[in-house]
Amino acid sequence: MSSAVIDKSKNYINHEKGLWSWLTTLDHKRIGILYMITVMAFFLIGGIFAMLIRTELFTAGKTIVDAAQYNQLMTFHGAIMVFMVIIPGIPAFLGNFFLPLQLGAKDVAFPRVNLMSWYCLIVGAAISFFSLFYHGADTGWTFYTPYSIKTDNGTILLVLGAFVMGFSSILTGLNFIATTHRLRAPGMGFFEMPLFVWGLYSTAIIQVIATPVLAITLLLLAAEKTMGIGFFDPALGGDPVLFQHFFWFYSHPAVYIMILPAMGIISELITTYSRKVIFGYKAIAFSSVGIAAVSFFVWGHHMFVSGQSEVAGVIFSFLTMLVGVPTAIKTFNWVATMYKGSIQFQSPMLYAMGFLFLFTIGGVTGVMLATMAADVHFHDTYFVVAHFHYVMVGGTLMAIMGGIYHWFPKMFGKMYSELGAQLSFAFIFVGFNVTFFPQFILGAQGMPRRYFDYLPAFEPLNQISSVGSWTIGVGFLIGLWVIIHGLLRGEKAPDNPWGAKTLEWQTTSPPPHENFYDQPKVTGGPYEYR
Amino acid sequence: MNTVNRTAGEYAHHFENADHEFETSKFGIWLFLCTEVLMFGGLFVAYFLFSNLYPETFVEGAKYLDWKYGAINTAVLLLSSFTMVLGIYYAQNNNTKKCVTSLSITLVCGFIFMFIKYLEYAHKIEMGLLPGEMFSFAEAQSSNLGLYFSVYYMMTGLHGSHVLVGMGLIFWCILRARKGEFNSKYYTPIECVGLFWHLVDLIWIYLFPLLYLID
Repeated sequence: MSSAVIDKSKNYINHEKGLWSWLTTLDHKRIGILYMITVMAFFLIGGIFAMLIRTELFTAGKTIVDAAQYNQLMTFHGAIMVFMVIIPGIPAFLGNFFLPLQLGAKDVAFPRVNLMSWYCLIVGAAISFFSLFYHGADTGWTFYTPYSIKTDNGTILLVLGAFVMGFSSILTGLNFIATTHRLRAPGMGFFEMPLFVWGLYSTAIIQVIATPVLAITLLLLAAEKTMGIGFFDPALGGDPVLFQHFFWFYSHPAVYIMILPAMGIISELITTYSRKVIFGYKAIAFSSVGIAAVSFFVWGHHMFVSGQSEVAGVIFSFLTMLVGVPTAIKTFNWVATMYKGSIQFQSPMLYAMGFLFLFTIGGVTGVMLATMAADVHFHDTYFVVAHFHYVMVGGTLMAIMGGIYHWFPKMFGKMYSELGAQLSFAFIFVGFNVTFFPQFILGAQGMPRRYFDYLPAFEPLNQISSVGSWTIGVGFLIGLWVIIHGLLRGEKAPDNPWGAKTLEWQTTSPPPHENFYDQPKVTGGPYEYR
Repeated sequence: MNTVNRTAGEYAHHFENADHEFETSKFGIWLFLCTEVLMFGGLFVAYFLFSNLYPETFVEGAKYLDWKYGAINTAVLLLSSFTMVLGIYYAQNNNTKKCVTSLSITLVCGFIFMFIKYLEYAHKIEMGLLPGEMFSFAEAQSSNLGLYFSVYYMMTGLHGSHVLVGMGLIFWCILRARKGEFNSKYYTPIECVGLFWHLVDLIWIYLFPLLYLID
């Protein structure tokens, strides 16, 4: 490339033209954009379902939907947000786009597999949505037996959809591990990799190891529903708790599939907008891998009241609290990075600080839930709902939003409206706390989760919570406007608007088809600010 | 293990050279095999859980399986793994004809395996030795013998579907080999399909004693 005259008006967006060139593309950046569009569409649908749920819960008794419809809304809100938004959200969208760029590579290791993973997501999602028109699934996203065996057959479609989407996750993870090992730029050792890469790498390990277990679990559940194989049916000698073991062996590590890449983004944001070298690089890198490793040994904390032995409960309780250690290491390192930095309150930094605040609340309540004696009281109440929304929305979604704004100029070569992004943040942050903080109190007072109805005494706090959810809705609509406005009307972005140091900022905005005009060579660490 | 030394030749644009591409492909297949092991792992966990809970049921269930069929199938798959290796060996030595022959024998072994599996399934279905709820064999002594057959059908069924996929991939390799696409500088697809086929073989080597030779 370097010998010929370089035409810098050519980039990955205008490299080829037409819808077909996008649907058959092998370029990781374009596949990232495909993921961005799909994930945002699914987020909109899942978000509408969330609004409907909160509106239904505005008053006790029936408000807008009946109990059966409520169960389907609740199931699909969970399944969409978990399988189609948060799990692919960071790795498959932002990761796809920026992993090769941050490594100084031309593409991911297996571009065809990468495209296939997107089609797996689309096909799986289509199968899942088809369930809505055919006795929609109403089991909750966890598909617990024995109810999931007895309920309508529409559940099978959601189960099979999740099975197919699992392949999307596996293939992405496999690709990222191979890319990280084999395609780093000359001079880049493991400890010169940006921390976002470390987050994605740890995530990919979990995706590759845990997701196949979900695959077999869902296959067994489908076989149970169609053929009555009895693995989970006590009448035939099976064990319903076995399903919970299988399911959480995947689904607890899956929680870290959702949060680890988010932590990677936060590391990037905090160091960039504090204009200071990251504090404790190796500690943050190893704590990612540490969380990934511990994540496989904590699934039993979902089952403290499922008839698991007390000894097992104590062990799982201890191991679960252990996750708090690497997590706290990260948090303290981020705060230490900000100390005496020159902090710029750009919107990505606002999201990063929102993450620190909300994720800490989510993390600390997580330790409360890991305590067996407390969990017996909190189990299956709104306390749990509030806890995981603080982690998943307050953590992962904040990081996704921060990441989108941070990398928006690089992805599209345009700037977004900073004022709009800050306004959007304000609505989301305030609305989020108004929605979910009351749920801690409701849960502690004993309001059970997942029900269509509740006692009249819980009504005031539920109404506050519903108003908060609409505020979040407004915040995300503003965010959508900011993105669309930026795409259509945004000013032209410079190559490195934030003065960031990682490799993706050394190429043009948007990057050319092959990412870099010259193969970058790495001579130092990723964050040499000062 | 095998290195490809060539400076010119075709490889995807994001690799440094063909060797780099070959090693990366193999790394990817090994990762994929990890996922396969974990997927079957779930079934093995279920097997050990249920065989611990109901040892008599499993001993009784194994009596209705004919170990001779299982043993023949084990031998067939072992042979097929050997011919698979030969296929790679001949590809590395630019011997297209022998490569195609070896791969074809591997494919035929796959057919024999599936045919014997079909005989076994047909016989059991006729006797009513079916999984879980559908179990209708009158002379069963254990009350939950159906659970053993659930385990049997799930494990051999998932394995059988992998054999079918493997056969499809081998057929694809044969077609490409016939066109002379493989040589000492490029044989990545056979190498990778071979690794997959060996794993499928290995899983059967565990399934055979666990299901057929309990007593």
